[in-house]
Amino acid sequence: MSLRASELTPSASQAGASASPAVRLTDVSKAYRAGRGELLAVDRVSLTVGDGEFVCIIGASGCGKSTLLNLVAGLDQPTSGEVDTAGRRVGLMFQEPALFPWLDAGRNIELALRARGVQRAVRRAQVDELLETVRLTGFADKRPHELSGGMRQRVALARALAQDADVLLMDEPFGALDAMTRDLLHDEIERICADRTLTVLFVTHNVREAARLGDRVMVLSSRPGRVIEEYAVPRLGPRRIDSPEVAGLAATLTDRLREEVGRHGS
Amino acid sequence: MAAEQALYGLDKLELGPVHDRRRARVARRAWAAAWPRLLAIALVIAIWEIVHLTGWKHFVLQGPSTVASYLWNFAQTGQLWAAIGVTMRRALTGYLVALLVGSVIGLLVARIPPLRAALGSIITGLQTMPSIAWYPLAIILFTRGEVAIIFVMIMGAAPSIANGLITGVDYTPPLLLRAGRTMGLRGVSLYRYLILPASLPAYVAGLKQGWAFAWRSLMAGELVVSIVGPPGLGVLLNTDESLPDFAGVTSIIIVILIIGVVVDMLFAKADTALRRRRGLLDPAAES
Repeated sequence: MSLRASELTPSASQAGASASPAVRLTDVSKAYRAGRGELLAVDRVSLTVGDGEFVCIIGASGCGKSTLLNLVAGLDQPTSGEVDTAGRRVGLMFQEPALFPWLDAGRNIELALRARGVQRAVRRAQVDELLETVRLTGFADKRPHELSGGMRQRVALARALAQDADVLLMDEPFGALDAMTRDLLHDEIERICADRTLTVLFVTHNVREAARLGDRVMVLSSRPGRVIEEYAVPRLGPRRIDSPEVAGLAATLTDRLREEVGRHGS
Repeated sequence: MAAEQALYGLDKLELGPVHDRRRARVARRAWAAAWPRLLAIALVIAIWEIVHLTGWKHFVLQGPSTVASYLWNFAQTGQLWAAIGVTMRRALTGYLVALLVGSVIGLLVARIPPLRAALGSIITGLQTMPSIAWYPLAIILFTRGEVAIIFVMIMGAAPSIANGLITGVDYTPPLLLRAGRTMGLRGVSLYRYLILPASLPAYVAGLKQGWAFAWRSLMAGELVVSIVGPPGLGVLLNTDESLPDFAGVTSIIIVILIIGVVVDMLFAKADTALRRRRGLLDPAAES
């Protein structure tokens, strides 16, 4: 295992802050009512994601990852602090494809176009284009249950892209897939993000996935969620899940996470 | 492009071989579905025939063959078809009005929380009300006529239909709602493109139950509340106790049963088609 120091130093400066930020969280906290008391899910998280940056957020259970994405997506309001996406369109993808089972793949994508007011005449062509982007040409008339898990997730990706999002929020999107499919989809998401200069905030449990995909990896603490470490991962060339650099960072991330989880055990 | 090829390959492998549903299998499937029912009917007729042969209540109880020939002859006259026509027209009218009333109330109650607090339990309570209990009120309000019958049909069917729709709206998966909201679906479009389609299976279940209530209300109305107007099927059930007409009554019961079964089959077909489209049907159980 060859570890390069440059890749593993927690970066004090925010790598993505240089360009105009696509997402900026300032001291964001979120508390939920839990019985009589309050449960602090997210604690004073500050985070800046630059345009076109791919940021992975990793943490053990209870780190408020999904809460964080809901806040950025505007589905939920922070208790304190500020969420700023500078008017960018935000698309959201979940662990489950969450496709509408009564619509076929093409119409699922088309509905996202219709929801943002794309004219009927151009929708057809755009659906075809999006299907081609996720390499599902010819599957427009298949219903979700007729597709495999990986294909469904690609339809969901196409639907998120159909929202014309500049910022893609992904909540463990490949968590339910087998390793081989996941590995192939890593290549796909990387290609699509590069083609469209998408900004991605990618939440995962999987340290290798984070090390494989991220330009930066943020480690969150558990209960409450707080950024405890940040790693910049220089892009030296095409990465593979099993390359030594990725494996090395994954090992470091695992150690850091175990340390954090162990804190709760004592 | 190795990754791309691998992806295409994986897609093909995961989808598996394409199912072929050949026409030849349709007949076999129809037979597989039909024979248990035919056997059940044959059993009932056999038991009936045995009871008839034992001579139990031999003054009134006639055998299956007598009833069958009675029904056959009755079907040759216009009277039976006219009665069926009258009854089915009432059934459709009453059911359609109940459908409209139930759907509108269901949608309003599902959407507006204060209305739900006020009406939710009343709707459930109305479902337990025996339809015959409405007739005195219906006759007072509308006199003995078709309107009274249709009123009772609505009171019987609309709560079930409304409840089906409410259940469907309530059971819309939260994940789909989240997906819909991120897509930008709000208000009316959220209902039109997400909540209502998602509610369809529960709504169809409500429609089916609503039909059962409407049909019972109609039969009760035609039979018990001697309604002024052209005679429907229920009226033909009305017999004079001093002149027992076993074949006549049994024939009408059979006709009513057949209509009930046919309508039920239509609902079942709609339900199966719906579930197949959504992948909620076990393909192994289908063949």
